[in-house]
Amino acid sequence: MSELLIDGLSMRFDLPGGGSVQALKDVTLDLKQGELMSVLGPSGCGKTTLLNIVAGFLAPTSGRVVLAGKPVSGPGRERGMVFQQGALFEWMSVRENVGFGPTMKGMPKAEKRGIVDHLLDVVGLRDFKEKAVYELSGGMQQRVALARCLANDPEVILMDEPLGALDALTREKMQGLVLKLWKETGKTIILITHSVEEALLLGQRLVVMAPRPGRIHREYRLPFAEMGAVTDLREVKKHPEFTQRREEILSMIWDMEEEIMGRTEGV
Amino acid sequence: MELIGKLGEELWTVLLTIARALPYVAGYIVLILAMLALWRAVKRFLRPRHDFGSLKTVTFGDESAVTSNLVASVVSVLLIFVLWGVFTGSRLLPGFLHVPGAFTGEGTFTYTSQAPDGTQDEATVSVRVVPFGTAGELPEVMPGEGFAKDDALLVTAYRSELLRPEDNDEITREDGAQVVAVNGQPIAPDVRVDVGFASVVMTARGTLNVTPDQGWQMEPIWLPSPEAVWTRLTEIASAGFRNVSLAEHLGFSLFRVIVGFLLGALVGIPLGYAMGLSDWFRGWFDPIVEFMRPVPPLALIPLVIIWAGIGEVGKIILLFLAALWIMAIAARAGVSGVRISKVHAAYSLGASKVQIMRHVIIPNSLPEIFTGARVAMGVCWGTVVAAELVAAEKGAGMMIMVASKFQSTDVVIMGIILIGVIGFSIDLLMRWAERVMVPWKGKG
Repeated sequence: MSELLIDGLSMRFDLPGGGSVQALKDVTLDLKQGELMSVLGPSGCGKTTLLNIVAGFLAPTSGRVVLAGKPVSGPGRERGMVFQQGALFEWMSVRENVGFGPTMKGMPKAEKRGIVDHLLDVVGLRDFKEKAVYELSGGMQQRVALARCLANDPEVILMDEPLGALDALTREKMQGLVLKLWKETGKTIILITHSVEEALLLGQRLVVMAPRPGRIHREYRLPFAEMGAVTDLREVKKHPEFTQRREEILSMIWDMEEEIMGRTEGV
Repeated sequence: MELIGKLGEELWTVLLTIARALPYVAGYIVLILAMLALWRAVKRFLRPRHDFGSLKTVTFGDESAVTSNLVASVVSVLLIFVLWGVFTGSRLLPGFLHVPGAFTGEGTFTYTSQAPDGTQDEATVSVRVVPFGTAGELPEVMPGEGFAKDDALLVTAYRSELLRPEDNDEITREDGAQVVAVNGQPIAPDVRVDVGFASVVMTARGTLNVTPDQGWQMEPIWLPSPEAVWTRLTEIASAGFRNVSLAEHLGFSLFRVIVGFLLGALVGIPLGYAMGLSDWFRGWFDPIVEFMRPVPPLALIPLVIIWAGIGEVGKIILLFLAALWIMAIAARAGVSGVRISKVHAAYSLGASKVQIMRHVIIPNSLPEIFTGARVAMGVCWGTVVAAELVAAEKGAGMMIMVASKFQSTDVVIMGIILIGVIGFSIDLLMRWAERVMVPWKGKG
């Protein structure tokens, strides 16, 4: 079992003009293999900082991240990353993008071709193998990004608002795809999002973070991801418990926003 | 204060020159608008187009709706040659299009000389004006009656000739006689009299300076006609210029540009990468690059000649320096422009530093490097021509410099056209290479 342990992370950095920012304070989480966790919170609550520390792009000022018993000290292939947009290599074809990880590893061509072809089938881009990535639509590009991440067979997948730039319809389709991939591959996934609905749908566990300092405000265990993996997502969204949770979390986030902004601006 | 006064004077001269050019500029603008009106009229008889662009109703202010009009380009280029021909009396154009040329042929005027005793006598001057570059004979005249004898004068078009009445008059200035009128109009030193085909000015010494009308056409020594330039081109293309073939002149210029540019790129690109990837190298080279970049390569010519002489080495050093900073800055910008998410993604996919360099940073910087290369090639081409103007034994710039010393304006113009055509071709070639090699440019 490869367990992801996030242990007492704090992040504090100095500002160029003097003073400092406490981006994260004492964040502790524990993910079992195959868990799907979504992270939600108003902007400035340290969601992305948290993900960057887990990915190994940032070092925390205190605390540690441990994956399968090994402490994380930098980026690595066992923690795959899916970004919002613009992280594909536009000088490579779709096939070369998806095969990037295996190529870096020096995997034999035939084996790599098998993996790439299979994953492009899974994300529904079989006919776009030889296209340049800039010829694809935004949704298709994110499919390529998912496939590229999976081709490396990471233990944990970190998603930083992967569907944030997509239109509503494409977004709904992609949410289904993420759930399907999670069910089929059994990967541990941490997904950051701005959308309450998305956080509810794509989280067995949902962590709501609060800003200033960035910290965990509340955590939920939710049944919707499991439901969504077997039924239509739109049915899940009509579920009374879903709507109730949505309203609850929305008003929670509104309260946080008001706490930050309302005092100065008024609503 | 004195300086400001001097600069003010210079500024006044410039403004006067501009003011004198304004009617011509206005005429050209009228021509452009007339052609536009003509094209609009013609277009009405063509089948209207119905593509997306032509169906736009808002085109004024919509930059994307303004594409270069091919007809305008063609007419514009043709018009340059037509205007060139019109003002040089080109044989390629029908005569009625020519602006009036310089007067050639025969004409006469009279002058009146007054003896000290007050008696006056009139003499007729027969003038023959011959075109530039042709020989002519003096018109034959009889001396005529009276003390002022009739004269004959041979003038070349665009030149003037002094008429000395004392050459054959019986009573001259030495005797106290003086010319008092030309064609019946009174004349005195520095007074000008128009005699129809020419103007006559009396000099301070009392002789008459005859200048035939120059018309509106340009003298060949200022601006030769298009066909004269073409003839000179074919001549030089087959016989060479100063014992060196045309291909060799141009080849030497191109050779310098290509070698200088390649060396500049070879050093500049790694330098730019180092500056983009390491704070130490950035700090080390930033002052040098930022100082050297605004120094025009031409300002280095004297130093380069002192250090390396006027041979190929000096010129290639100069072009190397011209390309070096541009390529270094382009490569640095290419590295700095990489999206951090691409680098992060590559690290997360297990790439090493070398692999990130090879698969992410280099391909990501290629569009910037190609843009830099286009600029650098343009600057190098301009620099090589200027350097050859200063000192060279072969090359396009040397050709026009030497020609200008011998007032071979046709060679100068031919050289300028060739330099322009080659510079334009280089740019087209670079653009084509860019399209083929970095198709993802601007698509990130």
